[in-house]
Amino acid sequence: MVTKLEVKNLYKIFGEHPKKALKMLEQGINKDEIFKKTGQTVGVKNASLAIEEGEIFVVMGLSGSGKSTLVRLLNRLIEPTQGQVLIDGHDITKVDDKALRDVRRSKISMVFQSFALMPHMNVLDNTAFGLELSGVDVQERHEKARDALAQVGLESHANSYPDELSGGMQQRVGLARALTNNPDILLMDEAFSALDPLIRTEMQDELVRLQSEHQRTVVFISHDLDEAMRIGDRIAIMQGGEVVQVGTPDDILHNPANDYVRSFFKGVDVSNVFCAKDIASKSSLTLIKKDSSEGLISGLKLLNENERDYGYVIDKSKRFLGVVSASSLHDVIKNKQTLAEAIIDEVQPIAADTSIGDIISIVAHSPCAVPVIDDQQKYVGVISKARLLETLDREATV
Amino acid sequence: MSTESNPWATASDDTGAAESTASNPWGGASTPSSDATSLSASGTPVEQTDFSLLHPFQEVWVPLDSWIETGVNWVVTHFRPFFTAVKAPVDATLTAIDSTFNAAPPLLVIVLFGLIAWQLSGRRLAIGSVAGLITLGAIGAWQESMTTLALVITSVLFCILLGIPTGIAMARSDRTAKVIRPVLDIMQTTPAFVYLVPIVMLFGIGNVPGVIVTIIFAVAPVIRLTNLGIRQVPSDLIEAANSFGADKKQMLFKVQLPLAMPTIMAGVNQTLMLGLSMVVIASMISVGGLGLMVLRGIGRLDIGLATIGGIGIVILAVILDRMTQSLGQDARQRGTRHWYETGPIGLLLAFKK
Ligand SMILES: Nc1ncnc2c1ncn2[C@@H]1O[C@H](COP(=O)(O)OP(=O)(O)OP(=O)(O)O)[C@@H](O)[C@H]1O
Ligand SMILES: [Mg+2]
Repeated sequence: MVTKLEVKNLYKIFGEHPKKALKMLEQGINKDEIFKKTGQTVGVKNASLAIEEGEIFVVMGLSGSGKSTLVRLLNRLIEPTQGQVLIDGHDITKVDDKALRDVRRSKISMVFQSFALMPHMNVLDNTAFGLELSGVDVQERHEKARDALAQVGLESHANSYPDELSGGMQQRVGLARALTNNPDILLMDEAFSALDPLIRTEMQDELVRLQSEHQRTVVFISHDLDEAMRIGDRIAIMQGGEVVQVGTPDDILHNPANDYVRSFFKGVDVSNVFCAKDIASKSSLTLIKKDSSEGLISGLKLLNENERDYGYVIDKSKRFLGVVSASSLHDVIKNKQTLAEAIIDEVQPIAADTSIGDIISIVAHSPCAVPVIDDQQKYVGVISKARLLETLDREATV
Repeated sequence: MSTESNPWATASDDTGAAESTASNPWGGASTPSSDATSLSASGTPVEQTDFSLLHPFQEVWVPLDSWIETGVNWVVTHFRPFFTAVKAPVDATLTAIDSTFNAAPPLLVIVLFGLIAWQLSGRRLAIGSVAGLITLGAIGAWQESMTTLALVITSVLFCILLGIPTGIAMARSDRTAKVIRPVLDIMQTTPAFVYLVPIVMLFGIGNVPGVIVTIIFAVAPVIRLTNLGIRQVPSDLIEAANSFGADKKQMLFKVQLPLAMPTIMAGVNQTLMLGLSMVVIASMISVGGLGLMVLRGIGRLDIGLATIGGIGIVILAVILDRMTQSLGQDARQRGTRHWYETGPIGLLLAFKK
């Protein structure tokens, strides 16, 4: 994977005396304190990111965490206070106005939350706006604009004006306008936030579909975890101007860096996000290996020593065989039978990718912790009632 | 040239002479004459030099009047080329427009106005304009109306030429705006009569100084509203244009001006109305047209003449107001996609197909 867009130690401080605020930041004074003392607002603080070619990179964070500021630093709509923004290895924070315009015209386009369509131009001219600025002649730019409109399914509205379209349609025009320039990088600042939930998912699918046709590097700003998980290849989480965690949606979900990151899951229905293997615990259970020489008696001893009523039987290659109980083992020893006959069938294993929502009733009715196996029948771990409750509780308490 | 240099030549002779020459045409008008009396009142007691706290202002502390006179004299003698240079383009434009209007057969002017009104607004205004212009001719104010029209159009033309770039400059830089705004405030708060004094001193009397005084009086709204219109362009549109790599010129012509156009047109409309209202006042410095009819009528207590002039001004004002108001709306607000799809041009195009 090639790094398309790289941000190195980027700072943005709003106000008259950014140097003063920078110094205070170095001394470890926090954002609120700096604002109180100097009136300078820290927009982005020491952000470093490497965004790969062709990925959808989502930046998430609460309101005021600096997402919009960060994304505008990427095409220098906001001048950075310090640090570098490298597009294909070229630092755009150093280039002159003309070179910057060229970058904006050819490499990087933006879609806005408020759509920002020109009300005095029709849809076709709006879509061709970027090419018009580049000086492309009418014929060619209209042709390309029609192509872009066709990509978002709006070719029949080319002669309408923006105020004659619904919000969803307007944002499609916004997207088409950004696509017409055929940019390598697409910046989308809460592009779908102003749309109702239904249109929003539709637009997300649209974006994913466009991405499958033509791999662009997309930086997508969102404050909605569901959206981020749906479309993001990787997610960066911002807090108070800082990037606190970068990773795949799974990474962030399972190993949140701090409470702030964890708090994003509050609204997320964990039972749909997690599956059995995510919460299965491997430790603290007695395993009986089938072909160990001592066999049954040592197994029973193991259970008794650990004060367990049930044991999980696996073979040498970790394949799951079944569950035995202390009493069934006892019976088998008394009747001089084999371990296979001690296996009870009240407890059936569940597949690793079953969602939490589907295992709740299984775990609730099982006499013991329920074993989890993967698609090769291998033992993954067990889910006890306590473990399940703890997981479900997480969404309520975090 | 000699008649134009007259006013300030006499002005240098004695105190308040500029006022007296300027006040000649109206004779009994109230405001300036009371001015003159207060001037002479403050001028006479100069001999009684005893200073008393009870009447501290009996003596003039600061001889502002004589300072200004010397100042103006100095300016006039040293900057004569400048003032002739200012007058030249106004003079040329005014002469061209005035002679066109006056030379053209009235019928042609009426038809032309009707067509323009139809194109800009619609059939109703077209009929109204034609009726209005015919009335002007019928009551015997045709010649004067055309002169007034030429004066107003010339001044509005120069107001637009000066005002829009100034407005743009104000919108672009807060510092420029800070400098120009108080100047505009002064221009708008100063009563119209007061303009006449310096203008007469610097430019003399006649139609051209009349146009210049009208320009100064009427230019403020178009400057203000151009500035306002550009500043009111939503910042997200500016940001969007920037994000697609617009340079300054593209930003101005493709985004700011088109979006500010309705506001700018409202400014042009106000400027036009102010220009018309200045017509009567400007007639005091011997500007011809409908204003002069009103002034003469009042001066001679000829109610008929004054009323004809007044009606003429009202008719012109209504027609011009309606026309420029519809300039501010774009075609879509009037229910069509493009301006050329309606009116006589639309009809012509439809015939061609
Ligand atoms: N032009 C500006 N001048 C001063 N401060 C600003 C400016 N723009 C943003 N800020 C400040 O920078 C911080 C980050 O703002 P930003 O708009 O980037 O937040 P955001 O994460 O996009 O929030 P939202 O989700 O509400 O859009 C805020 O504290 C804000 O007050
Ligand atoms: Mg934002």
